[in-house]
Amino acid sequence: MTANELCRDCGFTLLCCGDREISGGVYCCDLLSMVMGRAPTDGVWFTVMANQNTIVAALMADVACVVLTEGIRPDEAMLARAAAENIAVATADCPSYAAARRADDRITAG
Amino acid sequence: MTLQYHYTVPGDDFVHAGEASGHLKGVLRQLGYPGDTIRRVAISMYEGEINMVIHANGGEIDAEIDDRGVTVTLRDQGPGIPDVEKAMQEGWSTASDEIRSQGFGAGMGLPNMKKYTDRMQIDTVLGVGTAITLRIDLH
Repeated sequence: MTANELCRDCGFTLLCCGDREISGGVYCCDLLSMVMGRAPTDGVWFTVMANQNTIVAALMADVACVVLTEGIRPDEAMLARAAAENIAVATADCPSYAAARRADDRITAG
Repeated sequence: MTLQYHYTVPGDDFVHAGEASGHLKGVLRQLGYPGDTIRRVAISMYEGEINMVIHANGGEIDAEIDDRGVTVTLRDQGPGIPDVEKAMQEGWSTASDEIRSQGFGAGMGLPNMKKYTDRMQIDTVLGVGTAITLRIDLH
């Protein structure tokens, strides 16, 4: 499915790159090296870490979609970087765990 | 065929950190390298690049792409690694609170570099600097 479809069905607010295809699972963590070591390829990453390094880590790890949780919003530089690298970015007002559960249910349902 | 690239990594610059690794990743994509190999190169090189920014006030990176894989050599003139064995343990970090607030300092840098490479060599001298060579083979 696309990031657009996932965000629509899970109630996340999509901010860029909705056409990016998601074929991996979900992962929650705020430590960038942990994410690069363990996030699934082409998956969805839930975090409160909102800076350009978040996007760079997502790029290196081939993460398809970054969802900022707890109502945190990205700044313009982060969004511009994400758009340049074709990494979808969305926001959710709930905590990472709750948002990830919703996404996992949606992805598992196919 | 051998392609060589050289990068200078500025110190204490988190905005531009990752440019070298991002560039090499793009080159490997253009060359048609397998996705898994590209991911392993990108992650291990980025970890080294970030370590240079955080701990060593920057450094130099040389990357060589040949028919059988990629070799990345990172050299800095930082403080050196006092205890390599400890630094290789997951979760062990000397990063400051400020660095941690950026999302770094998980103590996974060197372990990730080892995890994603086929060979890794660390040469470090206290007060002189560190050189790390990473080799990722095409499988």
